[in-house]
Amino acid sequence: MSDAPSYLTADNRLRSWFLTTDHKRVAILYFATITLFFFVGGAAATVIRLELMTPQGDLVTSDVYNRMFTMHGVVMVWFFLIPSIPATLGNFVVPLMIGARDLAFPRLNLLSWYLFLIGGLTTLYAVFVGGIDTGWTFYTPFSTMYSNSHVVLAVTGVFIAGFSSILTGLNFIVTIHRLRAPGLTWYRLPLFLWSLYATAVILVLATPVLAMTLLLVALDRFAGIGIFDPAKGGDPLLFQHLFWFYSHPAVYIMILPGMGVVSELISCFSRKPIFGYKFVAWSAIAIAVAGFFVWGHHMFVSGQSVFAGLVFSFMSFIVAVPSAIKVFNWTATLHKGWIRFDAPMLYALAFIGLFTTGGLTGLFLACLAYDVYVTDTYFVVAHFHYIMVGGMVTAYFGGLHYWWPKITGRMYPEYWARAAAILIFFGFNMTFFPQFVLGVLGMPRRYHVYLPEFQVWHVMSSFGASILAVAYLLPLLYLGWSLFFGRRAPANPWGATGLEWQTPSPPPTYNFETTPSVTRRPYDYSVSGQAHAQNA
Amino acid sequence: MRRTPELAPQFVDLDQQQDAASLGMWTFLATEVLFFGGLITLYCAYRTMHPDAFAAAARHTRIAIGAGNTAIMLTSSFLVAWAVWCLRLNQGRIAALLFWCAAALGVAFLGFKGVEYAIEYRERLVPGFNFVAGGAGAGAQQLFFAFYFVATGLHAIHVAIGVVVLIVVGWRSRARAYSTRYHAPATVAGLYWHFVDVVWVVLFALIYLPGRS
Repeated sequence: MSDAPSYLTADNRLRSWFLTTDHKRVAILYFATITLFFFVGGAAATVIRLELMTPQGDLVTSDVYNRMFTMHGVVMVWFFLIPSIPATLGNFVVPLMIGARDLAFPRLNLLSWYLFLIGGLTTLYAVFVGGIDTGWTFYTPFSTMYSNSHVVLAVTGVFIAGFSSILTGLNFIVTIHRLRAPGLTWYRLPLFLWSLYATAVILVLATPVLAMTLLLVALDRFAGIGIFDPAKGGDPLLFQHLFWFYSHPAVYIMILPGMGVVSELISCFSRKPIFGYKFVAWSAIAIAVAGFFVWGHHMFVSGQSVFAGLVFSFMSFIVAVPSAIKVFNWTATLHKGWIRFDAPMLYALAFIGLFTTGGLTGLFLACLAYDVYVTDTYFVVAHFHYIMVGGMVTAYFGGLHYWWPKITGRMYPEYWARAAAILIFFGFNMTFFPQFVLGVLGMPRRYHVYLPEFQVWHVMSSFGASILAVAYLLPLLYLGWSLFFGRRAPANPWGATGLEWQTPSPPPTYNFETTPSVTRRPYDYSVSGQAHAQNA
Repeated sequence: MRRTPELAPQFVDLDQQQDAASLGMWTFLATEVLFFGGLITLYCAYRTMHPDAFAAAARHTRIAIGAGNTAIMLTSSFLVAWAVWCLRLNQGRIAALLFWCAAALGVAFLGFKGVEYAIEYRERLVPGFNFVAGGAGAGAQQLFFAFYFVATGLHAIHVAIGVVVLIVVGWRSRARAYSTRYHAPATVAGLYWHFVDVVWVVLFALIYLPGRS
């Protein structure tokens, strides 16, 4: 083991952090920023759930309510979920996993964080000067012609943050192609890298379309040239096509990295190679590719042609196939494994259950006839929260706990972490399962006044949300505590395979003393991880 | 292995660094294709919806300036390709001259584009500002010019950035910073400039040719 100082202690002046090109420090900067945005978005969600405790609109006016759910959506989607796993955990472990000293373009990596920060602050500024009431989707012609809120500011923030996504994606693609250690062939890559690669492709190809679309919205609003105004020859539906061309693949930007994390966790804590490695790897690519051709399922009731509806419905069913392959292969990996229920594994198991629920209800929504029935109801809200919160956020916490010793050099308190994981699972289900029922009963989304018979379900949901809020605050407390008082972490606390565990915790600035070389397949738990590390 | 100053710490050798630079630029260009692609999709949709108005609007554009600018872009793109070739042969001084000529053509392009904008301003063709159109589908004609100004404006920003990049790369070539072994920045700058050229060729066909056959 080397005596080089760790990346955390190498240079502690403030400018060495804010001008760093070390991927690990950039990851830390992202951690701090997205944690802030997570609680901003969470605060808006709290107002929403409090308001929905009663059928009357008695806590906030409908105008404020509109601004709250818009802020919740915009902040959570673009400033937490999209960057969550790629820009923090991905940024930290990608070079470590492939045995490289840094990402291919370290300065672009830092630039991406600054763009993210500027975009985020612009959006927050829009919130503080009065907010936005369009919903996170910015649908025209409301956003371009009628809304009296700060659409241009918010759109500018998202536009700028989009370029940070593109730079992260570009960096990952080049790094994974060109910077792999000797012997690390594509089929020896950890599955986290396969899923980040698929994510990066979507980031690079979908985000620019959103950028152009938002630019046109801002321009239309600013100059009133009627790009999306039917009276002047424009077509508001074209906005929806362009928007969902990005925003549906963006759902896969949000879930694919989570699937990658779960593949790592399931294999490590079952002490078994992942079942059907190549199928899991290629299913990530398949999801990314097929995901580009399903955007029309957001527009089943928009008046698009029946033929378009059929094609998009069919393609949406197709996406379920690679997703199901992953779920089956994770459960097959568990079979006859030597399973340890450490906190990361609890999160991974929770992910499988919650993602499967979200995925199966997604199939309901892919059915043309059923979708018409539940369009714009709480059924849809529950469905995508199961994917994004139950799926992605759970995987994010799993990955955070798994790599926490590597990132900070400290162990987190295991029993607190298990308690939080279990609490998140129950709080989450209690919050969002009643919303499926509400949706089927006919409760529309984005309403803050509702019929009294829905109240019992809303109260249940709000009660669950308060449990969830406590469960999300817990890690902030005990992880913060562990930074100072946690047990010092060894290089490989989980006995895991993978190059990131073969360097000290926390790693030195350039990651490896000598470039490692790889001679084994990934997840080779036939030899114990500890022995694996010493052999290298 | 001896590490030369141009080799960044994250790379093992110069070949790996050049490969990464080139793949990075291609990936960036893929992003750019989708960026302009969104706008061109919008154009195609609206032209299909309003064919006559788009043809009428397109006849207001100045095809002489458009065609001249196309020739300028193609020539400068050729000069850049030639310059990169010179660097491979270690002829930094000739390469510098070629890069600067290409940059000068870029400036000329922007100049002509400015003249064209001035004419359109005088003919009251700026959407949302002073747009006045006669004939069929005034709204759709305005959409054509909205596309025209957004597309050529974004393209002009790309040209302006490219001009600065070419000047810097020319200056570095003259300072013998590049050699047969290492010239990734110049190659990558060249790729970018060719892309800017290709976008213009597409825009030329979309903007100046409808309604003129």
